[in-house]
Amino acid sequence: MVNKVYNNRAWLLVLPMLALVAFSAIIPLMTVVNYSVQDVFDANTRFFTGIEWFERTLNDAGLQAALLRQFAFSFTVLAIQVPLGIGIALLMPKRGWQASAVLILITLPLLIPWNVVGSIWQIFTRGDIGLMGVGLRELGYGYNITRNPVDAWATIVLMDVWHWTPLIALLCYSGLRSIPEAYYQAARIDRASKWAVFRYIQLPKLTNVLVIGVLLRFMHSFMIYAEPFVLTGGGPGSSTTFLSQSLATMAIGQQDLGPSAAFSLIYFLIILLVCWVFYTAIMNMQKDKAERGGV
Amino acid sequence: MAWMVWTLPTAVFFSTIAAILAGMTAWEVISPTVERKGFLPIATTRGDRLFIGLLSAAYIHLIVVGFTDITIWFALALSVVWLLILMRWG
Amino acid sequence: MNQRIDTHVEQAGAPQGQSSGQFQRAEASKRGRSRLRPRTLLAIYLVFIMLPIYWLLNMSFQTNSEILGSFSLWPQNFTTANYMGIFTDSSWYMGYVNSIGYVLMNMLISISVALPAAYAFSRFRFIGDKHLFFWLLTNLMAPPAVFLLPYFQLYYSVGLFDTHIAVALAHCLFNIPLAIWILEGFMSSVPKEVDETAYIDGYSFPRFFVKIFIPMIRSGIGVTLFFLFMFSWVELLLARTLTATNAQPIGMIMTRTSTASGIDWGTLAAAGVLTILPGIVVVYFVRNHIAKGFALGRT
Repeated sequence: MVNKVYNNRAWLLVLPMLALVAFSAIIPLMTVVNYSVQDVFDANTRFFTGIEWFERTLNDAGLQAALLRQFAFSFTVLAIQVPLGIGIALLMPKRGWQASAVLILITLPLLIPWNVVGSIWQIFTRGDIGLMGVGLRELGYGYNITRNPVDAWATIVLMDVWHWTPLIALLCYSGLRSIPEAYYQAARIDRASKWAVFRYIQLPKLTNVLVIGVLLRFMHSFMIYAEPFVLTGGGPGSSTTFLSQSLATMAIGQQDLGPSAAFSLIYFLIILLVCWVFYTAIMNMQKDKAERGGV
Repeated sequence: MAWMVWTLPTAVFFSTIAAILAGMTAWEVISPTVERKGFLPIATTRGDRLFIGLLSAAYIHLIVVGFTDITIWFALALSVVWLLILMRWG
Repeated sequence: MNQRIDTHVEQAGAPQGQSSGQFQRAEASKRGRSRLRPRTLLAIYLVFIMLPIYWLLNMSFQTNSEILGSFSLWPQNFTTANYMGIFTDSSWYMGYVNSIGYVLMNMLISISVALPAAYAFSRFRFIGDKHLFFWLLTNLMAPPAVFLLPYFQLYYSVGLFDTHIAVALAHCLFNIPLAIWILEGFMSSVPKEVDETAYIDGYSFPRFFVKIFIPMIRSGIGVTLFFLFMFSWVELLLARTLTATNAQPIGMIMTRTSTASGIDWGTLAAAGVLTILPGIVVVYFVRNHIAKGFALGRT
């Protein structure tokens, strides 16, 4: 780690970035806060409502259910994607044309616009024209994502695994490639087991990329919108309606500015808390390790 | 600015936040913070404690507003007390 | 690498007193077999990745009547009519031009303000640096749905609504923090002595930054640009809200395929295939930077 110099002129280097991000972040955030305490029809016709929207949002059974579903979904996909992604990264070829080819193929799902991902899976899973839909029916399973909530859930999880495992795999692959060959040679001389190599050489190197990967994945899975919207439309019933979709329905569909703003703030606070706890925990773990003279 | 639909309470809220940030910066310039370990499980600087305080204040407000009938002023008072405790002993 | 370590797992269970000759023979015989297993698993995963994309490709070469009429694993009557329809209709292909336009603008803006900022974070301590960094991360967390309405009003009131630059600026919200996060890791791995030597040699900061420092983190910039492209290209919610006709992204135009009389599957599939192509080009250019390996994040 570079020893940093204390110098407040560094703020000058940060300022252009700050101006741009603040323009895109702070002004809209202030507006959302303003919306959340009023009943807004337009800029001139509005009524102060105080905490009413917050009260209503917090006690809305539909939103509470959506929140639980959201957590269930985020943890399910993380629990699948992180181990799978690490596994794939370990399996990927190290060099030559094969490495490039696998890298490009694996990255493909990441570079597809999110609504197109939804469309791809809609086409893929339809019972009449989709490979997976028709295939499962041929095998005798009555697969139907518009009727059966379990099928819909499983399909969305599968779609998310398809879509996002590559990100974890890609980050881990790069992390693994940055480990000097000498480490492995030392391990071979010590006749370290494969598990020991993974646990004491590879995993420590992966910690940083995994922090980024897990945080990004948590944030994105927590605001998943376009893919389930295109694939299932939140159905059957509301079994695959996640938070972002409830919010978009409220804000765009019903034009309820006040309630959707209150909802947005609560939504944001939840993500903020989870990410802060995770981030702080990891940073402290690393600091402890550094103090004990570890990696 | 009309489209931002300002109201007095939110204006006061943001001014307070801005004032706290400005105050913290000035304090930092006059006497730089030292990381220390209080009753929180992690070592914190003044800025960390302020952030923890503000975040927990937001949650205190949400709990009071959403799940009890107590007035919001109670939540505000509780948050301020909690923030002070945190800043001093956290 | 795996196969070599693999044999050690099996060796670990063997008695300790084994001679090295036996060890090498066992290793040689197992090498062939244990190489096969990782390859098979990887192949299964690649098939899983490619199947939905293959199905999209398959459909894009079929007519609608064939798609709906019969189920076939490959196009029976190969047709490029769906693609021709897109390439000859300016309202269709302009969607691609618009999307690529705002993505490129966003990459340019993001990288040029993120580079100095990441340098500041990697080299200096300053008042509020940790909090500023975490605040940047919180911008990655804000669900775009939260900001839809204020964004619409903000860009409308400054007269940027339905322009490419509006979408590019809006995407800065999450792309600048991401770029700083990634670049900071790369910059921290460049020894500080490099900076100091340059200053002693009489380089001014801007000249040092452009002539020496940026070439040194070339692959970091490549990787960053890849992620910037990725997250700007795939985002639709903000892009859709901030545009009407002149700067409409392709993702929005694709919704046109679903009409009252049903969905135009062929065109939808062809348009979908075309949205994948720019990504392939980008990843082709950065593949070596990624394969070279990078350790992201603050260490």
